[in-house]
Amino acid sequence: MNSLWDLTLATLVKDIRLEWRSKDALNAMIFFSLLVVVIFSFSFDPNAEESRQIAGGLIWVAFLFASVVALNQTWARELRNQVLDAYRVSPAPPNSLFLAKALGNFLFVLILEAVMTPLFIVFYNLRALGPTWQLIPVGILGTWALVVNGTFFAALSLRTRSREIMLPLLLFPISIPAVQGMVEATRIILAADGSARFWIVLLITYDVVFTTACLGLFGTILQAE
Amino acid sequence: MKRAFTILSVLTALLLVYALYQALVVAPTERTMGEVQRIFYYHVPNAWTAFCLFLVNLLASVAYLITKKVKADALAVASAEVGVIFCTIVLVTGPIWARPVWGIWWTWDVRLTTTLVLWLIYVAYLVLRRFSDSAQTPVLAAVLAIFGALDVPLVYFSIWFFRTQHPQPVMGKGGSLDPQMLHAFLINLLAFSCFGAMVCWARYRLEMLHREVDELHALESLAGSESAKPSMPLQRSSR
Repeated sequence: MNSLWDLTLATLVKDIRLEWRSKDALNAMIFFSLLVVVIFSFSFDPNAEESRQIAGGLIWVAFLFASVVALNQTWARELRNQVLDAYRVSPAPPNSLFLAKALGNFLFVLILEAVMTPLFIVFYNLRALGPTWQLIPVGILGTWALVVNGTFFAALSLRTRSREIMLPLLLFPISIPAVQGMVEATRIILAADGSARFWIVLLITYDVVFTTACLGLFGTILQAE
Repeated sequence: MKRAFTILSVLTALLLVYALYQALVVAPTERTMGEVQRIFYYHVPNAWTAFCLFLVNLLASVAYLITKKVKADALAVASAEVGVIFCTIVLVTGPIWARPVWGIWWTWDVRLTTTLVLWLIYVAYLVLRRFSDSAQTPVLAAVLAIFGALDVPLVYFSIWFFRTQHPQPVMGKGGSLDPQMLHAFLINLLAFSCFGAMVCWARYRLEMLHREVDELHALESLAGSESAKPSMPLQRSSR
């Protein structure tokens, strides 16, 4: 077990270092979601009450689209110089690679959210009426829900033609319950419209089910020949 | 094998004719909804067949991951394709019924939404199979089928938390269904199940033949014999 975490950490540190030097994924994601937010605010011109109702949907859709940008780059990087083949023949457990990639994407999307959320609050004049601290677990659970399946499907679509189109086609239908959970929970918290407990439990269930499925099947995907 | 298929085809044709007669002529007209209710004899059996085919797809996918048998994968392709067709029919006939009865074409109700998401997942499945023509496609598709199956209960519960508008199943609850209606419904259920099985079987045989042809082409080009037609493609571009 120790070596699994060591390998995960090694790969994760490598990915963070690469990202730190190039900042490709982060810059692209932040600029992309900025564009989405600006376009949304031109398309809808809500008052304070309306924006509480729709902000959850807008912000999560912006993050969903933006995270696809980072997810698409995750594995493409490893295709250069046959790095992925080297992983495949190495004795390292496949799940350490998967966990490292998922955690890396998780971190990048969290940074994106940390940058974009204040901007979003400014643009939409948001002020939460419900318990604001609950947005933190919703954010963490929702981000993991997007990222764990996204990392998995990015690996799955790696060997298909036009894989950059494939990823959202596979990820979005599967993510529908998670997106609904995040959007509803955020809306309820912003508008103080009852309790968000059901949606948080739904997100936890989604995370547990799909993290297990990803870890159980990633080896099959990586070794598929 | 071939004779069994012929028998099934003839049986299906007879059943479909009889079922249509039952649904359109014999079954009494529903009191409040009127003639439009007859779509129910068509809508529900199609939904049932679609869900059965998706279940077959899941079982075949799991079987493929365990055994790596080509037959399991061919069955998975066949059931997914035919299932999507039946599911499309369900999604089209539903609104036709809903418009006069509910006054709206569509509502985000639990069964409608779950069916729609299931349809989306299986369209994604078919797109994946279409976009990927490497030898790993069956494994990738089987994994996606398992993810889809895990997703459906979550979709169901997330929508169920909202209110539901779809008519509750009438069977088994007080038996308010006219016996003639029940008879027509059961006949249609049987007829469409047979029809689904028949189409799926035909598609399965086609898929197996395609693979056989691919294999022969590959062998031929490997042997490099002079008699092999050089213009023949090595592999079909789409699967």
